[in-house]
Amino acid sequence: MRWTNRGQNAVLLACGTVLLSVLVLSGAAPEKHLTVYSVAANYSPPLVQREGREYVGLLEVLEPLGKVSAKSEGPRWRLRYNNVESDFQAGKARARIQGRDADLGAKFLLENNRGLVSVGSLGALLPRFLGGPVTVHEDSGRVFIGSVATHFTASLTPDNPPRLVFHFTGPVNPTVATEPGALRMTFSREPLVAPASPTLTFGNKIIPSAIYSESNGMAVVTVNASTPVMATFSGDGRTVTISPTSAPAVAQNVTPAAPGIPAAQAPPATVAPNAPPAPAARRYFAVVDASHGGDDHGETLSSTLLEKDVTASLARSLRQELESRGIPTLMLRDSDANLSVDQRAIFANADHAAIYIAVHAASNGHGVRVYTALLPYSGDDRGVFRSWTTAQHASLPLSQSAASAVAAELQKRQIPVRNLAAALRPLNNMIGAAIAVEVAPQGADSSQLTAPDYQQLVTSAVATAIAATRDQLGAAQ
Amino acid sequence: MIPRHFVIAIAVLLIAALGLSLYVWHMRSTVASTPAASSDTRPLAPPVAGPTERVTLFVAHDEDGTLRATSAQIPLPSGRQQRAEELLRSLLSRYLEKSSPHVLGSGADIRSVFLVDPGEAVIDLNSAFADTHRSGVLVEELTVASLIHTISANTPGILKVKILVNGKERDTLAGHADLSAFYDVTAVNQLATQLQ
Repeated sequence: MRWTNRGQNAVLLACGTVLLSVLVLSGAAPEKHLTVYSVAANYSPPLVQREGREYVGLLEVLEPLGKVSAKSEGPRWRLRYNNVESDFQAGKARARIQGRDADLGAKFLLENNRGLVSVGSLGALLPRFLGGPVTVHEDSGRVFIGSVATHFTASLTPDNPPRLVFHFTGPVNPTVATEPGALRMTFSREPLVAPASPTLTFGNKIIPSAIYSESNGMAVVTVNASTPVMATFSGDGRTVTISPTSAPAVAQNVTPAAPGIPAAQAPPATVAPNAPPAPAARRYFAVVDASHGGDDHGETLSSTLLEKDVTASLARSLRQELESRGIPTLMLRDSDANLSVDQRAIFANADHAAIYIAVHAASNGHGVRVYTALLPYSGDDRGVFRSWTTAQHASLPLSQSAASAVAAELQKRQIPVRNLAAALRPLNNMIGAAIAVEVAPQGADSSQLTAPDYQQLVTSAVATAIAATRDQLGAAQ
Repeated sequence: MIPRHFVIAIAVLLIAALGLSLYVWHMRSTVASTPAASSDTRPLAPPVAGPTERVTLFVAHDEDGTLRATSAQIPLPSGRQQRAEELLRSLLSRYLEKSSPHVLGSGADIRSVFLVDPGEAVIDLNSAFADTHRSGVLVEELTVASLIHTISANTPGILKVKILVNGKERDTLAGHADLSAFYDVTAVNQLATQLQ
């Protein structure tokens, strides 16, 4: 049988179309995802772009976390998550959750009975459904539900050649890739969060710096190096050592890379690729709580300054100062979320941290006030069960000791300070050491509260005092 | 044809309905123009007259965040509960003066004080007291400590104090000082020492 010209043309056209399609599809932008980290599961629902914003299906976000159902009636979309009822309306930027208004910040969209909310609204929405703290990294599409974040520290050994040792608070299984002058670790399933500063400098010629970044639901740590380096894993995936390829890794229990293959290209030793990290009990030494948030503005410090914003900024600074001293720190509120004092106490107590530090700001008075709990009248402890209102009772001496250390350190730095008791929740509900720090300006100008140098002066003093009493606090942990 | 008496009845009913509508409309505008009770900032009780007594008030001072004992000669009624109320009203009058060392909002008042044996006092503040109070850990603490220390120092036997606002429980005074539980007078007295 002979091919006719017409037949040949048809076949060529079909082949050309298939080839063009493959080329177009291979060049298409990768699908964007939101990565949700929680104790129950880590998962990545897809993101869609609408009206210049990233949107995500609310049902897909909540589904792995509990019992959820949704029903649409015309423009209305009703969602039930466990016992929480909510009502959304297509095109409206407000919703009702448990009978209360919630501001979505962007229009709610309903597409084929699928309710879409902007990623930016999750920080305000999810705590209303889940009843706990939720941290949303909007730009990078990462959501942390509860105390799941994995923190890390990096330190360079004084050896020659040097080794850069990363310690993680939970097991990690990054994808490691090398390129000239850099080694990149991509954490797609680990709830890794930024260190005190995203750029870590070591003042070394061979490994001068490491940079932390986040994008598209992933965290990336890039180690800059002037010579080829490799990564080895140890400590059940909690330690990663970066060393020049010529230098053998000497960390104990290091699982070496496969013989003959640079570790940077070898599969990580502890956890199978694509497997979620094993759930592990994470222990933070300190819990920093930015007081107020959401509808609770705290004090209106000036016409443009709310206490809730200043406390968030101070808390971030304090976390950085603590972590730079090697103290693993959990920040309870890192967004403008509504958190009740009971929720704060429950989350902090569940972490069994050595110390809880609530941060407040005030326009009244000068300098800093450090508070410990003023316990209410009696408490009806029943056997082994402690009264919720006086849960702090047993740890009060330790709290007072920590407060005294903080006050002394602030005094050393010429900051006016007072050490007082206060009926300030949730201090009395904490089972471990607990203090509150209320920062006021040194003069009459409230704007000093937002000055980075003043914030750092205060938070570095607090962190230094906590670090100095670490052994005492840790013994009670 | 519609019977004449039926037409008359309908007409009377229509006129009555129109008249009632006009009356309701008039009543509504009258109610709207009457100031709300909550904006009435006058004291709830007249000042007490009669023999005076010397008492110690613990007055908060914002300038240095302290609680200072101040002696005062005030008229006091004979009843224990009424004495406690007058004592706190006298303290409040210091805070409502022009040269107040610890400014409270206009209209702040004590609605009543209940002394419940054994050793329990309940201070009921009015809404204006809490709603207009400045927010802050220290500034709220000074108010609470001033009230409790003043009442306990002048009324022997009080062990615990509860603060209500407008007869109801409230979480905090103005976002910080906890009002949900009973204050332990011994602990507040120690705090008052810290604040002096």
